[in-house]
Amino acid sequence: MSIKVRYFASLKESIGRSEDILGLAGMATVGDVWRYANPNKALPDNTLAAVNMDYVELSSPVKDGDEVAFFPPVTGG
Amino acid sequence: MDIKICSEAFDPWQEIQSHQHSVADIAGKFGATNIFIGTMRDFNEGDDVKGMTLEHYPGMTEKQLGKIVAEALQQWPVIDALVVHRVGDILPNEPIVLVAVWTSHRGDAFDASRYIMEALKSRAPFWKKELLESEVERWLVKNTDGYL
Repeated sequence: MSIKVRYFASLKESIGRSEDILGLAGMATVGDVWRYANPNKALPDNTLAAVNMDYVELSSPVKDGDEVAFFPPVTGG
Repeated sequence: MDIKICSEAFDPWQEIQSHQHSVADIAGKFGATNIFIGTMRDFNEGDDVKGMTLEHYPGMTEKQLGKIVAEALQQWPVIDALVVHRVGDILPNEPIVLVAVWTSHRGDAFDASRYIMEALKSRAPFWKKELLESEVERWLVKNTDGYL
């Protein structure tokens, strides 16, 4: 029972990690995942979130085996 | 339809030619090809820029680009489309992105390629980090609206 959490770009640099593997206990939503993984850091404004490589809201549910990602606004092209 | 992520420099003109030759069944069917190429500048926000690193989210980038192209296909009668995007270390004057769209008539080619490009800018997970001449590194915070 676990989920993988990934971080990209400036957010990855600011928290100093590219990923976490977390037990699912106590986490119902994407917002819970951030708070559990980063208890001492508020989610920066404008952060985008994805579950299994699709954009989601922080209130979206998570389940066992999900890959959750947090990253800043995209700047490609 | 083809979506490619390149970790090495690419030649957009070569990509267009090889794609067009590889899909022989579109020959004679298209009357319009619209091409957008984004190239790295050596300046940004008043600073000289000597290089850039483009990070992406492997898997999600391809998935989102696939959705964007599919949305364009639903809205316009697109015969074929090609999207190529660079990642990794990039130098000024190197192409970053290519969007090519083949349609029967020009209006659909203009509109569909614009849609793909604007959606790519706001939804495809790529992030640019600039290396300035002063050796300072900085992440781009957001994209511009596309006008000077």
